[in-house]
Amino acid sequence: MQSAVSIVDVVKNFGELKALSGVSMEIGQGEFFGLLGPNGAGKTTLISCLAGLARPDSGALKVLGHDVIEDFRLARRLLGVVPQELVFDPFFSVRETLRIQSGYFGIRKNDDWIDEVLENLDLTSKADVNMRRLSGGMKRRVLVAQALVHKPPVIVLDEPTAGVDVELRQGLWQFVKRLNGEGHTIILTTHYLEEAEALCGRIALMKQGKVIALDSTANLMAAYPGASLEEVFVRTMQQ
Amino acid sequence: MIGFWTLFYKELLRFWKVAFQTVGAPVLTALLYLLIFGHVLDEHVLVHGVRYTSFLVPGLVMMQVLQNAFANSSSSLIQAKITGSIVFVLLPPIPYSAFFAAYILAALVRGLMVGLGVLLATVWFAELRVVAPLWVLVFALFGGALFGALGMIAGIWSEKFDQLAAFQNFLIMPLTMLSGVFYSIYTLPPFWQGLSHYNPVFYMIDGFRYGFFGVSDVAPEFSLSVVVTCFAAVSLLTLSLLKRGWKLRA
Repeated sequence: MQSAVSIVDVVKNFGELKALSGVSMEIGQGEFFGLLGPNGAGKTTLISCLAGLARPDSGALKVLGHDVIEDFRLARRLLGVVPQELVFDPFFSVRETLRIQSGYFGIRKNDDWIDEVLENLDLTSKADVNMRRLSGGMKRRVLVAQALVHKPPVIVLDEPTAGVDVELRQGLWQFVKRLNGEGHTIILTTHYLEEAEALCGRIALMKQGKVIALDSTANLMAAYPGASLEEVFVRTMQQ
Repeated sequence: MIGFWTLFYKELLRFWKVAFQTVGAPVLTALLYLLIFGHVLDEHVLVHGVRYTSFLVPGLVMMQVLQNAFANSSSSLIQAKITGSIVFVLLPPIPYSAFFAAYILAALVRGLMVGLGVLLATVWFAELRVVAPLWVLVFALFGGALFGALGMIAGIWSEKFDQLAAFQNFLIMPLTMLSGVFYSIYTLPPFWQGLSHYNPVFYMIDGFRYGFFGVSDVAPEFSLSVVVTCFAAVSLLTLSLLKRGWKLRA
């Protein structure tokens, strides 16, 4: 079966800084995949290359078989990205933001799905509120909603629960698990390792622009019997 | 095409939501120029046989078309870059040509709206006739589009608001103020007169004014050829920057 995401020998440098040094991985369709590592490991750069926000110096990235540079239109249509930074357009309400985002992906009259996403992210009461008036957690939910408006088969969540309260986290994970159950591939980066442990079937550990471990969550944890993923993470990073 | 129309609509909505600032304020500024300069000079100055206030109005209209077209695309891009919301237009599959067209068209709409507003506000103070409306329209369209494209370059290049302000204050403002908005270049000393011919904005103002009075410093056909050439050159540059993702994609 076609990989949801194929990453082959990707190199990306920012001047002297080697952000990615030959990263390769295959992520299967329908996987819940964790991309973990300390700050500066290259996770966000890798996601940026996948999403077309950065161009790799060499190597290839494909989304469901479509090259992110040569065939960027199809690749981007198949991908939904929740960016790490809490960004928003201050001119628009939540509903306007989501309608506009749908339009960017070539979708008109998307209100039924927008309503469903709003409901699942507990944003229905905020639909007509300007983005500036939302709390940080609410803005984070809208970012998630924006990534989902075009029902992408591959969803990348770059630290989606940073600064988000427990209630929303639970609601968000419930929704994301449902999407995963319906066949969506989920790629998650997070510093909350207990979340990764509970959700991800496979995990890649990155350090200094390289993949230092890539295996099923169970196998990674089996290497250190009785240890939590956090302990596994710390020990692997120390190696 | 839906992506293009949505981006265009978003850009329209963005300035329309703050129309008091983006449309109302420039109209008031132009009106103040007219009241001050017109009051002081109308009794004393005839240009091309036209009373000064009447001569001034088309220049003010065109100046505001250009400055607001520039302001629209440049401010939208710099704000999106600084707040990070630029990712919302970089992540979707919008081709760079559609990206360019949406920003230019929205800049043009704002420029034309402000220009129309200035015309409606000032027409009561001057005797105005339009002898060649097609020339008026053509120069407004190409001039606005050219400054919309320049605004895109400024917005893409700038990383901070003060860089954009420098672009605006040290390039756009002198080019427009020294283009013959307030005078005919034939009233200038020979050196400045010669120098004015290297200012593309001069041709926009002069050609636009020709549409009103049927007289100009330079033949409108020549002015149009300069404006269209500049528009083509700046557009090609903007498109190549967008294609490369210069300062937009890492």
